[in-house]
Amino acid sequence: MKCQQCDKQAVFHITELEAGAVRELHLCEDHARTYLNQSEGGGGGAPDEEGKPKAGGLAGALDVGQTADELAILDQRACDHCGITFFEFRNQGRLGCPHDYVQFEKELEPLIANIHGMIEHTGRRPSRGASAGSAGAEGAAAAAALPEGTDELTGVICLRREMKEAISREDYEKASEHRDSIKAIEERWIPPLHKEG
Amino acid sequence: MKIDTLTHSIGEWLRGTGPESDIVMSSRVRLARNVANYPFVSRASEQDRLEVEKMLRDRIATVPVGRALEYIDVGHLQEVDRQLLVERQLISREHAEAQGARGVAIDVMEQVSLMINEEDHLRIQCMHSGLDLLGAWEQIKVVDDQIEKIVPYAFHPRFGYLTACPTNVGTGIRVSVMLHLPGLVITRQIDKVFRSLHKISLAVRGLYGEGSQAMGDFYQISNQTTLGRTEEELVQQVGDVVPVIIDYERRAREFLVRETQQNVHDQVSRAYGILRTAQTISAEETMQLLSRVRMGVLLGLIGDVKIADINALLVRTQPAHLQKLRGVELDTNDRNIERARYLRQYFEEGDAGNRSSVN
Repeated sequence: MKCQQCDKQAVFHITELEAGAVRELHLCEDHARTYLNQSEGGGGGAPDEEGKPKAGGLAGALDVGQTADELAILDQRACDHCGITFFEFRNQGRLGCPHDYVQFEKELEPLIANIHGMIEHTGRRPSRGASAGSAGAEGAAAAAALPEGTDELTGVICLRREMKEAISREDYEKASEHRDSIKAIEERWIPPLHKEG
Repeated sequence: MKIDTLTHSIGEWLRGTGPESDIVMSSRVRLARNVANYPFVSRASEQDRLEVEKMLRDRIATVPVGRALEYIDVGHLQEVDRQLLVERQLISREHAEAQGARGVAIDVMEQVSLMINEEDHLRIQCMHSGLDLLGAWEQIKVVDDQIEKIVPYAFHPRFGYLTACPTNVGTGIRVSVMLHLPGLVITRQIDKVFRSLHKISLAVRGLYGEGSQAMGDFYQISNQTTLGRTEEELVQQVGDVVPVIIDYERRAREFLVRETQQNVHDQVSRAYGILRTAQTISAEETMQLLSRVRMGVLLGLIGDVKIADINALLVRTQPAHLQKLRGVELDTNDRNIERARYLRQYFEEGDAGNRSSVN
């Protein structure tokens, strides 16, 4: 198949989903690159090898319902844990850590809805902590939805960053406090390895 | 050493067995997982990556997958060896080309592979010959459960398993089949099929993903979305469409034999002739010609070649395999000459499947 914009062989086959409508693009490597690099302008994202939109397309999906000013403010916000800014995420199309999904939950929701058409996971769930039910069947089910220790474990990402900062300002006392907290959390929630046989 | 053993075997996806293996090369399921207490790979420091690699490597080693797992430190491999793993579909191109601590655990049958520090901390893959998505899913589920017992996965009550890219979030599952569709390509129906697949949000890619579209009429079909539906539903979504495409392909092949037998026979014979006599040949052309010969064998137009041999040639004529078989590094020109030589020898020796170097 030929590229829709020149005579070269089309090697990128892109499907854009825009408001339920499907648009197909067949492009050579050069034109595909140009297309994918058009920041903000893209629609729902252009799948590459693993079906994930490139950064430009992904960022484009965020534009829905946002003014430039709102976006500028949002761009400045950073994750408490890993420090990634929303701007960096929009540029790279990759999040920084699991906590981003909590911190940017509201902002990510429309993007996730755009990609998947849905926002609620209905598949498998980790079994760890699932039995830790409190009173009330409904409440227990909701509590079990989040595996035990999740918050503390993702908190380690933040502690590790703070430890590094403490070291760089030569506050070794603080650094060793952080190191001890990290160790305690990891020992609490990560099962020890007992080798087979 | 493991890598050198790989060179001489052919791997699960080219075994050429399993249901519908005249059209379905392989069925694959992969899961994307991250550990809760580290940043995602792209934001992880060198130290983070080392720690994640060590943690997962040690833990995976204790997981019973039914067969022995061999760990390969991808970060310390030579380029040609990394490329060989890509050609075998045991690691992704991204994983081969990435930086920093990373590795892959592979079972001896090459059905299960666990990539550490790809885009996500852990990518589990199960691949079965022919059409066997359910088998691959059942197998990967067990592996995932075992790992889950000893690794705290990042999980969100609403968004499910958390991944570096929001396109994989939720189940983190990618279900795919690799199909050989020369009939639909020759009869120019392939675009129509792809358009209808896109409409039901399935993705179509070439043999090795993007940029490999033209490679020998091989296509991968996979789910596009990962959230809001259960893993079983997503497996079924891909599984449901495969018999339909198989039916189209069979009808296209029948049509070709019925209406244009002479033409098809000519095309297939010429392809066979070039493979047996060329003095220099590129990987792309080889793939294309092997594809046509493969179809010719299945249509009974060529009698003395085995499908398993064609499958083996598909992988062994690729750059890294060729260089490993030859035992030296070769530039593109020399590779093309070596490839042609290898093909001539393979076909000249006749019943290639019985040679001791082929398992």
